[in-house]
Amino acid sequence: MTRSVAPRSALVELTLARFRLFVREPSALFWTFGFPVVLAIALGVAFRNRPPEPMRVAVEPGPYAQRTLSELDSAQVRAHVADAPTARQELRLGKVVLIVTPGPPRTYTLDETRPEGRAARLLVDDRLQRAEGRVDPTPVAEEHVTDVGARYIDFLIPGLIGMTLMSSSMWGIGYAIVELRTKKLVKRMLATPMRRSDFLLSFVIMRAVFVLVEVPVLVGFGCLAFGLRVPESPLTVIAIALVGALAFAGLGLLVASRAQNTQTVGGLMNVVMMPMFIGSGVFFSTANFPDALQPALHALPLTALNDGLRAAINEGAGMRACMPLLISLVLWTVLSFAAALRLFRWR
Amino acid sequence: MSGGACAVRCRGLVKRYPGVLAVDGLDLEVRAGECFGLLGPNGAGKTTTVEILEGLLDPTAGDVEVLGMRWSSDERALRERIGVSLQQTHLPDRLTVEEILVLFRSLFATGRAPEEVMRAVSLEEKRRAHYEKLSGGQKQRLAVACALVGDPELLFLDEPTTGLDPQSRLQLWDVVQEFRRTGRGVLLTTHYMEEAERLCDRVGVVDHGKLIALGTPRELIASLGGEEVIEVALEGVAGPLDESAATALLHLEGVRAVRLTPDGFALAVEPVHVALPALIDHVRVAGMRLGRLMTRHATLEDVFVSLTGRGLRD
Ligand SMILES: Nc1ncnc2c1ncn2[C@@H]1O[C@H](COP(=O)(O)OP(=O)(O)O)[C@@H](O)[C@H]1O
Ligand SMILES: [Mg+2]
Repeated sequence: MTRSVAPRSALVELTLARFRLFVREPSALFWTFGFPVVLAIALGVAFRNRPPEPMRVAVEPGPYAQRTLSELDSAQVRAHVADAPTARQELRLGKVVLIVTPGPPRTYTLDETRPEGRAARLLVDDRLQRAEGRVDPTPVAEEHVTDVGARYIDFLIPGLIGMTLMSSSMWGIGYAIVELRTKKLVKRMLATPMRRSDFLLSFVIMRAVFVLVEVPVLVGFGCLAFGLRVPESPLTVIAIALVGALAFAGLGLLVASRAQNTQTVGGLMNVVMMPMFIGSGVFFSTANFPDALQPALHALPLTALNDGLRAAINEGAGMRACMPLLISLVLWTVLSFAAALRLFRWR
Repeated sequence: MSGGACAVRCRGLVKRYPGVLAVDGLDLEVRAGECFGLLGPNGAGKTTTVEILEGLLDPTAGDVEVLGMRWSSDERALRERIGVSLQQTHLPDRLTVEEILVLFRSLFATGRAPEEVMRAVSLEEKRRAHYEKLSGGQKQRLAVACALVGDPELLFLDEPTTGLDPQSRLQLWDVVQEFRRTGRGVLLTTHYMEEAERLCDRVGVVDHGKLIALGTPRELIASLGGEEVIEVALEGVAGPLDESAATALLHLEGVRAVRLTPDGFALAVEPVHVALPALIDHVRVAGMRLGRLMTRHATLEDVFVSLTGRGLRD
């Protein structure tokens, strides 16, 4: 019998095993890479920026109707003649935003609560008054810009990346550890001289390496497919993503620390993640929630991660500007790991 | 080895679960280099006992020493020197045989080459097969290989062949016997009598968390009083025989023990060529009709039955 010294360290082998198991699980690959891309494409198509729709306006019949119509019809306004009851009906249904009853006095009928209605009233009145001979004292000119970084897709993609980092870290660690526990593999490994820290580190290293692959792929996809701004400080993006993934690795470990079966850990994970899916600004801004909730929402790790990613990608923020968010994520990491290690059930 | 020639020694071992006394004051000594078998039915407390000895469970009370060391003070050193196969472990489905062995090898500071262990358990041809694709016997051999790859001085096997087909069981027995050729100790649990008789130098019979018999398989069988068993089924009897009929059987020449069965009786006899004619005469005189008569060697199953009145797999 030949005794040999271990050719590679336990940590390396444990980490390699985690990688092998990951890449041999096609569904895990999909949730990490495919899902965010598919979601970004679907939402990007649904919310893509179109040229502004013309405003639809109804003009009530009368001697001046035809002239009003020809003065209004343009790229910005589409007008047609409709009798009073029909026009009312169209307004109620939102088919038109404004009814013009030629005067004098000319009457505008609109729903005050709809911003499009008010905009149409201003535009239509301006047009007609000018056509009727009003002279503006100051000549005006317009300049049109579409600001990359302020579109919905710019908002969405960093949020999707944050969400993916959260769910892949939590599932990748929490679920995997509980599965090992139910298969008695944790116990089996503990029957060897394995260091517990090596066991846990292998999961963390695997997550960290995936961030280094996942984030550039997803950001690159956003830049190529949706014309996202190329981050000025890629390092800041990576740093935020890494610390964010670590914070969620810690939370994953925490939910897995006691759970004895995968249903329990799955439920716990959803309880932890659901509020963040909704409240941390993945699909819509956190600012939509009442002021009283803001401090709590901003304390959530996914909010910090999403805000950080948005700042670093869309605004080109650097390390210094992101420092408060980074610190918040580091705190989450430290606290969740400390709690998880205290609670962890090894046997 | 410090601590005398004992591989394992435990005294007064107790493990209490809510509502269950899984281990109830067990004393045990496994000598260095011997193969010791813990034999008992399901729920007897074998797994609990072994996992306490492996340092994976804390006993409610009692004292454990393994290879002269204690779990409380020498855990890491001990883990380097023992090999463990749990009653049920599910290794990762999508790692190959070779990857699993290399992984387990890396967890030990020193050990055997994975290649060599793979050969020892005849899995070289399966080296690139994923665990999920292995047969039950191959999985079990891989589990034992994972215990061997650290080159242990003492091997713990918890029901290594439960649920395996006879062929796979034989292959596993070969692996254990091969390991023992280097003079190293094994502690295994089983509820298969043949396994204990075939592999073990000494056997401890466990029931309800207590050690109820201890000795070599020979000694235990001899404790029945006879090494042969005659099993008789009678025709035309409604139920078990009564006590007086049993006493009459016990007084026959060569009969050492009597056990009544639902349709007849089993006798431990010594020697069989004296007991058998006496029995035939007795049956004729008593007016009983023989349905079936069979003689065989006594086994540990008979020992267990005579100790507890129950079969091992009841
Ligand atoms: N974790 C546990 N919690 C409660 N009862 C247990 C636990 N583990 C084992 N037991 C009980 O202890 C007894 C002995 O179990 P075990 O050691 O597995 O027996 P064996 O291995 O001989 O079949 C059984 O009654 C079993 O139900
Ligand atoms: Mg058992």
